[in-house]
Amino acid sequence: MIRLEKRPSPSRFWQGATPVLAVVLTMIAGGLMFAALGKNPVEAIRTIFWDPLFNPQFAAYSRPQLLVKAGPLILIAVGLSLGFRAGIWNIGAEGQYIMGALFGAGVGLAFYPAEHWFIFPLMVIAGAFGGWIWAMVPAILKTRFNTNEILVSLLMVYIAQNLLASMSLGLLRNPEGGGFPGSRNLSQYPAASNPELIAGTGMHWGVIAAFVAVIAAYVLLQRHILGFHIKLAGQAPKAARFAGVNPTGLVLLCMGISGALAGLAGLFEVSGPAGQISIDFNVGYGFTAIIVAFLGRLNPIGILLAGLLMALTYIGGELAQFMLGLPAAAIQAFQGMLLFFLLAVDLLSNYRIRLGATGEAAR
Amino acid sequence: MKRRTLLATAALGLGLAFGGAASAQGMDKVKACFVYVGPIGDLGWTYQHHQGALALQAEYGDKVEIAYQENVPEGADAERVLTQMALSGCNIIFTTSFGYMDATNSVAAKFPDIKFEHATGYKREHPNVSTYNARFYEGRAIQGHIAGKMTKTDKIGYIGSFPIPEVVMGINSYFLHARKVNPDVELSVVWAFTWFDPAKEADAAKALIDQGVDVIASHTDSTAPLAEAAKTNGAVIGFGQASDMADFKPSPRVSSIIDNWNPYYIKRVGQLLDGTYAQTDSWAGIPEGEVEIGEITDAVPADVKAEAEAMRDAIAAGTYHPFTGPINKQDGTPWLAEGVTAPDGDLLGMNFYVEGIVGDIPK
Amino acid sequence: MMGIDPALLISALMVASVPIILAAIGELVVERAGVLNLGVEGMMIMGAVCGFILSVQSGSAFVGFVGGALGGAALSLLFALLTQVFLANQVASGLALTLFGLGLSSLLGQSFVGIRPPATGVVPFGPLADIPFLGRVLFSHDWVVYMSVVAVAATWWVLKATRTGLILRAVGESHDAAHALGYKVRRIRVLAILFGGAMAGLGGAYISLVRVPQWTDGITAGAGWIALAIVVFASWKPWRVLIGAYLFGGISVLQLNLQAAGARIPVEYLSMSPYLITILVLVIMSSGKGKAALNAPASLGQNFHASR
Repeated sequence: MIRLEKRPSPSRFWQGATPVLAVVLTMIAGGLMFAALGKNPVEAIRTIFWDPLFNPQFAAYSRPQLLVKAGPLILIAVGLSLGFRAGIWNIGAEGQYIMGALFGAGVGLAFYPAEHWFIFPLMVIAGAFGGWIWAMVPAILKTRFNTNEILVSLLMVYIAQNLLASMSLGLLRNPEGGGFPGSRNLSQYPAASNPELIAGTGMHWGVIAAFVAVIAAYVLLQRHILGFHIKLAGQAPKAARFAGVNPTGLVLLCMGISGALAGLAGLFEVSGPAGQISIDFNVGYGFTAIIVAFLGRLNPIGILLAGLLMALTYIGGELAQFMLGLPAAAIQAFQGMLLFFLLAVDLLSNYRIRLGATGEAAR
Repeated sequence: MKRRTLLATAALGLGLAFGGAASAQGMDKVKACFVYVGPIGDLGWTYQHHQGALALQAEYGDKVEIAYQENVPEGADAERVLTQMALSGCNIIFTTSFGYMDATNSVAAKFPDIKFEHATGYKREHPNVSTYNARFYEGRAIQGHIAGKMTKTDKIGYIGSFPIPEVVMGINSYFLHARKVNPDVELSVVWAFTWFDPAKEADAAKALIDQGVDVIASHTDSTAPLAEAAKTNGAVIGFGQASDMADFKPSPRVSSIIDNWNPYYIKRVGQLLDGTYAQTDSWAGIPEGEVEIGEITDAVPADVKAEAEAMRDAIAAGTYHPFTGPINKQDGTPWLAEGVTAPDGDLLGMNFYVEGIVGDIPK
Repeated sequence: MMGIDPALLISALMVASVPIILAAIGELVVERAGVLNLGVEGMMIMGAVCGFILSVQSGSAFVGFVGGALGGAALSLLFALLTQVFLANQVASGLALTLFGLGLSSLLGQSFVGIRPPATGVVPFGPLADIPFLGRVLFSHDWVVYMSVVAVAATWWVLKATRTGLILRAVGESHDAAHALGYKVRRIRVLAILFGGAMAGLGGAYISLVRVPQWTDGITAGAGWIALAIVVFASWKPWRVLIGAYLFGGISVLQLNLQAAGARIPVEYLSMSPYLITILVLVIMSSGKGKAALNAPASLGQNFHASR
């Protein structure tokens, strides 16, 4: 008999070792899949994990791109993790991301073509506000009417997507775009653009915001009474009430923070790497960030690493597709496998595996 | 500096004699790369582009190497994919969706020696960027003729994706030619607000059928509308869109518009090989074989079939333009005077219905 | 109303809602057992591709539906393994399941693009189908439409009136108490997850075999997410799943019908109306008497480990 025994506290060794183990297991299983598809598994694995970092042909470009891809994931995931820890389920970051981009870009475009120093800061505020207000809908409905926030935040994503489509066809459409959908390109409007700050590093304001969010969340959770309240509310809701935690306030706060951060991510993306509002502006960062938050064990530092790992599989996966002709679907399945293994082996850090029915009787 | 050395290694890796102005010299071997917005198995837009890529490979054999990537989101990801393709030694890159426009131009600026070809866009900001598109409205004219002749209820339908000039152009052409042969015909337009959602497309077709529509044209990518028509046992007919959709022959699919990119891809890469390549803005249609009319089946009476084929041949010979005046706009104001054909500029920015169509274009 | 025939509208929405009903009723059982599986979309598309492949190979639509159920259940087994054996987080596992399912289905379906599946038969009701209005609404569908309603009724009855249902609900409300009473929490949950997977697979197969009918990548196009929303909307009650799915399907179909009938309506706002109305109904239900939203199974989303 194999039994599991819960550890009193997570094992430090396994917390570090499980991600490595998961990656190795994924390489084996993924390699088998690639071999079944008639590709050289070693070459495929090397292209995904090694080439974006060290291939002399690409790495100088791909390495900074890791930050560009990971930035929004980390920024959103850090916000979500606070709510998740308190048992508040914001599944609608995708919608908040869209609204942040719409509000931010809307403010920027309203000034076009004026050049003022305050335009970009104003857009940042508008972006955060857009995400915040979109998260406030499920938050207020939850606190006022006890409506389930998972469902409402998810439904708000679809509404945001419809708004995005109508905005890129209507109000925000580029008047010089010949009737085509999509806004003006913000990267060609200096006062409203979010460019690469140091050439060749991939660093833009969104990446910096992501790092700041990681540090702030770390400090909050370790040092601040609010962080303690959040953890307490998630682990022992009744105790939290006795300790004076205001559940309504906590919902509004956690949803608000996660919404504002998702909105910021949308704003930095639309004014930087993406450049414009278009019908297909959102590409699922809000949903992927949920996975990133859990892969990082809802811990800010963990989220940072998980975000970078996700970004690596995206970029390496792209390389594998056009270098080796692997189908996009195989990469998707490969990412799925990686997540499965990461989630599965996490067991080892929280539980001890015991063989045989020694000690207390097995049930 | 760094980027230049990277390029040099890429060129050396492929054994090219000249990294520079290939157009003057010609090339021994070309690596042609394709960026797709959907999966190659969508049986519609992306599928047809991929057929073009395969035809290209078949035409030139060893002299051409193709590489492609599916499911590339528009925006930030497109720019990264394009850059990585450029770094990997592609000589010519075809970007096959409107949303890649700004990414194509900004990457082209960094790689002046690589040719970029952007489908359906209008920006050519650098000498190495060309654009290409197909005159799908020519095919819509023939469908409109068949629809006007075949409808028994005098109600025909059109499933639109998004209200952009491309789609509005198709609706106008379809309606004009139906009305020309059947003054009583009325057109119902349903906007699906999606390019690809088979279940929703089926619902849209069902809604049209329930309204008494018996000829359906669609501007979305799946076969769902035809499948819905097939359930009426021949009472409702439709057309293949993007690909031939031959499975639904002889009815409900009575004809089709096929996007045939093969001639263009073969021509452009051929020019790169023999050194005659130059920047262009190509908008070809039936005459060049880029828009093909799939077999008109026996479900269509012989005389109607003959008329439709005559129209196809007239368009192919350049003696007939589907938008030839007199044509008024929806509000009755004149657009084209007697005998005048529509300038391309008017078509590319088309944001109005012609006289006789009921309803508004969503704004 | 502008020449929209209510009989046609109702009959259309009944067909349109089938995939969502099937997937939602499966997920409802899973959630009543205390497990939150967000991978419905992935299981649906696995059902869609497996159902399609088997029906084409066998030439029988029925075999296809069986295959769809098996495909969905096979993928859900992975979820069961992760969450019940490896005690992984359910939200993350479910999202990963969707990612994996979308990729795998596309790989499996590669050589089946562009083929037509065998037809699914309409149940012959003979003269009943000719009754005005009712004939069109009630007696003109294929057998899966009726099966979806039967599935709702059966689930309601099992949960309400049988010992199996009682145990299932006990496990969902408090796994510790259920365990103390001697029920095998893990086994019950695994079975519930498999049932949920099979139902989602059936729903997916209905899309690829009847609604569309064709195999293309990403064919479910978000139906799984709607099914998840419907479960919460229904506040975990089977009959409300039916109402919710018909309401949702009805608004979507009505919206398209209004357009087809030439009504001058702002389309882009109408296409978001199903979501807005769902939120509105939800608010009314959860703020009203009895606090319906509190019907969520108490152990939902929590993993169980028999440590003591």
